Amino acid sequence: MARRAGPVTRAGRAVALGVAALTLGTLLAVLLRAETASFGPADWSALRFTVLAALTAATLSVGLAVPASRALTRRRFPGRGLVITLMGAPFLLPVVVAVLGLLAVFGRSGLINRTFEVLGLSPVSIYGPHGVILGLVFFNFPLAVRMVLSGWQAIPAERLRLAAALGFGPDAVFRHLELPMLRQTLPGAFVAIFLVCLTSFAIPLTLGGGPRATTLELGIYQALRFDYDLGRAALLAAAQFALCAVAVGLAARLALPTRFGAGLDRQVERWDTRGWVLRLQDSVVLMLSCGFLMLPLAMIALRGVEGLPEMPASVWPAALRSVLVALVSTALCMAATVTLCAAISAGPAARWIETAGMLPLAASSLVLGTGLFILVHPFASPERLALPVTALVNAAMAMPYALRLILPAHREVEAAFGRLSDSLALTGLARLRWLILPRLRPVIGFASGVVAALSMGDLGVIALFANESQATLPLVVQQLMGAYRMPAAAGASLLLVGLSFALFWICDRGGRRHAAS
Amino acid sequence: MLRLDRLEIRQGDFRLNADWQVAAGERVAVIGPSGAGKSTLLMAIAGFIAPERGDILWEGRSLLQVAPGDRPVSTLFQDQNLFPHLTVAQNLGLGVSPALRLAPVDRARMEEALIRVGLGGLGGRRPGELSGGQQGRAALARALLRARPILLLDEPFAALGPALKADMLGLVSEIAGETGATVLMVTHDPADAVAFAPRTAVVAGGIASPPADTADLMRNPPPALAEYLGRFRA
Repeated sequence: MARRAGPVTRAGRAVALGVAALTLGTLLAVLLRAETASFGPADWSALRFTVLAALTAATLSVGLAVPASRALTRRRFPGRGLVITLMGAPFLLPVVVAVLGLLAVFGRSGLINRTFEVLGLSPVSIYGPHGVILGLVFFNFPLAVRMVLSGWQAIPAERLRLAAALGFGPDAVFRHLELPMLRQTLPGAFVAIFLVCLTSFAIPLTLGGGPRATTLELGIYQALRFDYDLGRAALLAAAQFALCAVAVGLAARLALPTRFGAGLDRQVERWDTRGWVLRLQDSVVLMLSCGFLMLPLAMIALRGVEGLPEMPASVWPAALRSVLVALVSTALCMAATVTLCAAISAGPAARWIETAGMLPLAASSLVLGTGLFILVHPFASPERLALPVTALVNAAMAMPYALRLILPAHREVEAAFGRLSDSLALTGLARLRWLILPRLRPVIGFASGVVAALSMGDLGVIALFANESQATLPLVVQQLMGAYRMPAAAGASLLLVGLSFALFWICDRGGRRHAAS
Repeated sequence: MLRLDRLEIRQGDFRLNADWQVAAGERVAVIGPSGAGKSTLLMAIAGFIAPERGDILWEGRSLLQVAPGDRPVSTLFQDQNLFPHLTVAQNLGLGVSPALRLAPVDRARMEEALIRVGLGGLGGRRPGELSGGQQGRAALARALLRARPILLLDEPFAALGPALKADMLGLVSEIAGETGATVLMVTHDPADAVAFAPRTAVVAGGIASPPADTADLMRNPPPALAEYLGRFRA
């Protein structure tokens, strides 16, 4: 069969090479610079804490998600759709903002400690290992709920009807229908979340630190920013990459949940769950889950509104920089992802190209950042390149997510209209313009929203590169928190959340408006 | 002349052989049980399936290295013949220029083609706003515009009712007559073959037999066809 090797295909290969060069090239720079002899006790404990915190957080998130998603799948109540949407919100929530919300609930003068005070109990501190794990669970529990929920929804309604016809009780339904589903779903969800936790930087930065709660990512940052020890930063970055590579290798063997849970608000009729004990159990589980998620969010809004007048003037230029960086990295990421998809569906070397697109999963923002720092600093001052580098790294880091969203839709379009297009010689840019872009507009809009919001809230590589004059909004929030200017930080966070969700909404809406039927 | 020269198509365990030719302007029905490889044969001619060995030639020139869109072929698929997000006019325009760069002359020709198939003035509609029969007509209008010497019909009208299908086949006959196109039409309905194609090729048991006189075939079907037809006789 004659292959289409048009300009789009060639461009796709170039993009794949570029992404590979960015991830592997920076890794090479890191490895060459790493001083292996100096992996000391502090570094071992950072490695240990990184793994332990990720394991604990992933176990807790997935473990708690089982009862929560089960309650969601078998109960109908007003606002159920809202709860499911809420479960998607933390994924787009800037991490520093969420940390601020957690502080308002669990922090020194937060709701919990004030209640303890009234009850005459001694206050608890959120800082330290348990704080890091709490933060990780706050982000990943809802993600786990959505992943497991889609597993629950995948149990065919006919099977449940058959179970009801055979008189299965809740135990029998669990054993014969739910347990097999969980065995399939949970490992993938666990590894996906473990991986996210491994590369988390902003949570340990704000809630961790010290000898007991320093992760590798935090160690990289401290080595670069405070000690200016490139060799040690590079060594830690190499360790971080190895760790991620192992986790990605594990993930590749398991079926990862691919979608962001489209159609999760579908209702499935259940016959086995009418007893009052189960009802009570589900209600308690749902109330606790929602409380855990909603209380910090509510506090962000509450404290944020109070804090708006306290914001320093520096938030405005920072907000502008953040929006610009988000727009540039979204445009970059979308152009690259769509080009990759075209090259993947054109056939030759498809697997190779797809793997290149997923490579950034194994990289972390700080490993990439360290590599770029090493490559850049002989030629230019890293501060001057802070914003372009951040836009580039954000685009690359978001690419696996964008690819996972867009590639299945792209494949569907090619399956439905590929032959017709080929028979009309619709190739290259014409195919992109008249077939791919119009058909994919809704999913591209949604993916753009996700990428823009992720970039908007990113606090990773920017912390390595920027000084005061290039700070983005998340960095300003973090600096205000570090200076204990909490009201100002709360105000700036609210602004950040507002901008992130506005960007997401505009992109998503833009994609769906006048969407092709 | 379209020549299938010792053609062998393989897809996994499936195998199909053909070694025959069709004169320019001829109309041939391709009939046989489902799964026998009728569509596969057409898709090989259209360029979507690479044959294992043998050759496909048009006017003595091999088509194997020619991309689907550059072959002297227009194809009407079973479904998805129109892009649902584009207007009927844009769908037709893509048949003229894939980049949709259309001169006024092209637009005039498009409107003529639409009038010819009975869709005059409907160029601004989306396929979703047309009936099934009208969608078939729009796809035919595009084939008319492209005026490729070979027209392949892979049961594009299977979902239409009998009366509508007869109308469409009548229209295909007229258009093929005007452009002088060679037509290969897949069908599972012997009545279509009798009505449309003077000659018929039977595809069964891994072999696409050379086209034979349709009326003769229906009167004296070979065993494979007899089994497929059951008690049908023309």
